[in-house]
Amino acid sequence: MKLPAALRLSPEWAPYVFLSPFVVLFAVFGVFPLGFSLYLAFQSWEPTSGLSAMEFVGFDNYVFALKDEWFWKSLKNTAWLAIASGVPQHVVAIPLAYFIHSSFKTLRNGVVGAYFMPYITSTVAIAILFSSLFSTDYGLINVGINMLAQVPVLSWFLPANPVDWLNDPASIKPAIAMIVFWRYVGFNVVLYLAALQTIPADIYEAATMDGAGRLQQFFYITLPSLKPMIFFGVTLSVIGGLQLFEEPFILTGGRGGSDQSGMTTAIYLYRMAFDFNDFGAASAMSWLLFVVVVVLTWLTNRAFRPRGPSA
Amino acid sequence: MKITSDRLAPWAAYVVVGVGALIMLAPFYFMFVFATHSRTEIFSLPPPLFFGDDFLSNLKILTDRMPFWRNLGWSLYVALASTLLTLLFCSLGGYAFAMFEFKFKNALFGLVMGTMLLPSFMNMIPTFMIMDALGWIDQPKALYIPGAASAFGIFLMRQFVSSSIPKELIEAARMDGCGELSIYARIVLPLLKPALGTLGLITFIASWNNFIGPLIVMRSPEMYTLPLALRSLQSPVNTEWGALMTGSAIATLPLVVLFVLSSRQLISGLTAGAVK
Repeated sequence: MKLPAALRLSPEWAPYVFLSPFVVLFAVFGVFPLGFSLYLAFQSWEPTSGLSAMEFVGFDNYVFALKDEWFWKSLKNTAWLAIASGVPQHVVAIPLAYFIHSSFKTLRNGVVGAYFMPYITSTVAIAILFSSLFSTDYGLINVGINMLAQVPVLSWFLPANPVDWLNDPASIKPAIAMIVFWRYVGFNVVLYLAALQTIPADIYEAATMDGAGRLQQFFYITLPSLKPMIFFGVTLSVIGGLQLFEEPFILTGGRGGSDQSGMTTAIYLYRMAFDFNDFGAASAMSWLLFVVVVVLTWLTNRAFRPRGPSA
Repeated sequence: MKITSDRLAPWAAYVVVGVGALIMLAPFYFMFVFATHSRTEIFSLPPPLFFGDDFLSNLKILTDRMPFWRNLGWSLYVALASTLLTLLFCSLGGYAFAMFEFKFKNALFGLVMGTMLLPSFMNMIPTFMIMDALGWIDQPKALYIPGAASAFGIFLMRQFVSSSIPKELIEAARMDGCGELSIYARIVLPLLKPALGTLGLITFIASWNNFIGPLIVMRSPEMYTLPLALRSLQSPVNTEWGALMTGSAIATLPLVVLFVLSSRQLISGLTAGAVK
């Protein structure tokens, strides 16, 4: 079937035509909103009064954000959560991937599937389930802790009374961190497993012949070879951790928890725009948070930068 | 069997990985178990560890409180539309980036890749404003149209095209007189099937689970997608936990089934993109 000559695409025009749907959507829904958000950050605007009510206020919104107690609190919460959920994700995922890589052959797909499953499910459904598990008097987590606390040695480390996970400002963050950890550890296991498969086996054989033990091989061969993937994974965790919204949102009923201890910056942004109706301030805050993300990503980049030729 | 000092006892790996896998899967088990119990049974000591018989009554409470089946329908509709559009636009675009030379090609691709680094919260407010201006608030198209310009999608497609489709094949087709659109439809698309499968799965799952998007754009309960519907069942004083668990279980089940059927494809497709 051939199109009439007038409609037929030449190889010269084809790329433009093929790309146009994507580019149009990208420009309208990707690029333009960003520019508009930057513009908004310098305006004072309450959306209910209509577009004409926008008033240029210069840096007022930024000053307001930087002086706002809740903004700083949300930044601290976000940073705490990013680290508390991010670090264990990788520290636990690397050994797990190593074990799976070396000991699981036939069962591998099933095991990896089990670990990956948390990542693909709805954050909302999971957060809802966990809020019932975290219930103070009846939740399975406290029941489990209570049972483990009967064991003599463990009782030194475990709290004696049921923890009020959801209402106590001190424990809402660990609860959120646990859920986020549960969700992403499998994702990182998959990443590291893929990276482990690219390490040639002869390096290990040569090391064994040189008398290196298994633990030594892990620290001197495996870990350094994993460095690029660790960098990639940590960057993803940093960016993702700083954007945490859904888990804390559901666990705190959308408000940020008692004393705002569960409020991440993304949640505060949302509240500023849709609960407090100050779109200008919310836009300014989103750009401030963006700066934080950029800085931290850059720092991560520097931390992992190769220092000269590797041995 | 001698266990030398530097050989890890084989069972240690099995135990650690096995316990971990159980921890990963336990919440799912409890979600389905709780879905079959009433609210008072869930919050009792000891908590239920096995299936109960309140599933149907929970379902009734659920559908009384929310137009739940409608919400399920919307989730499905938006996810399917999103997947189809994304596959179409990203495969066209990825093919264009991979196989053609044109002005601004590198700059454009760099710009698209740059937006992948942008945190999602940057778009919260502007998206709302655009949807409001377009009159798309409370409409499903606000959910599936913007996502079709997925930077990740076009990246994946371009990777796949440039690594799996030889340029000579395209050239030969051109010399045979094949039109550009025909080449795309009859040669490129069939060869792209694995990548389309992976991207399709990723897009479907992401759309199904999407919460922030609908949170910002949907206003009336009849138009809610599942995550939003579930959240609206939460209330500070009177949450119907049994119904909520049932809803969560129903929202999760399709994805679990989809995942079990396609996990190998999904995981290998994702890691192929990440390792490159």
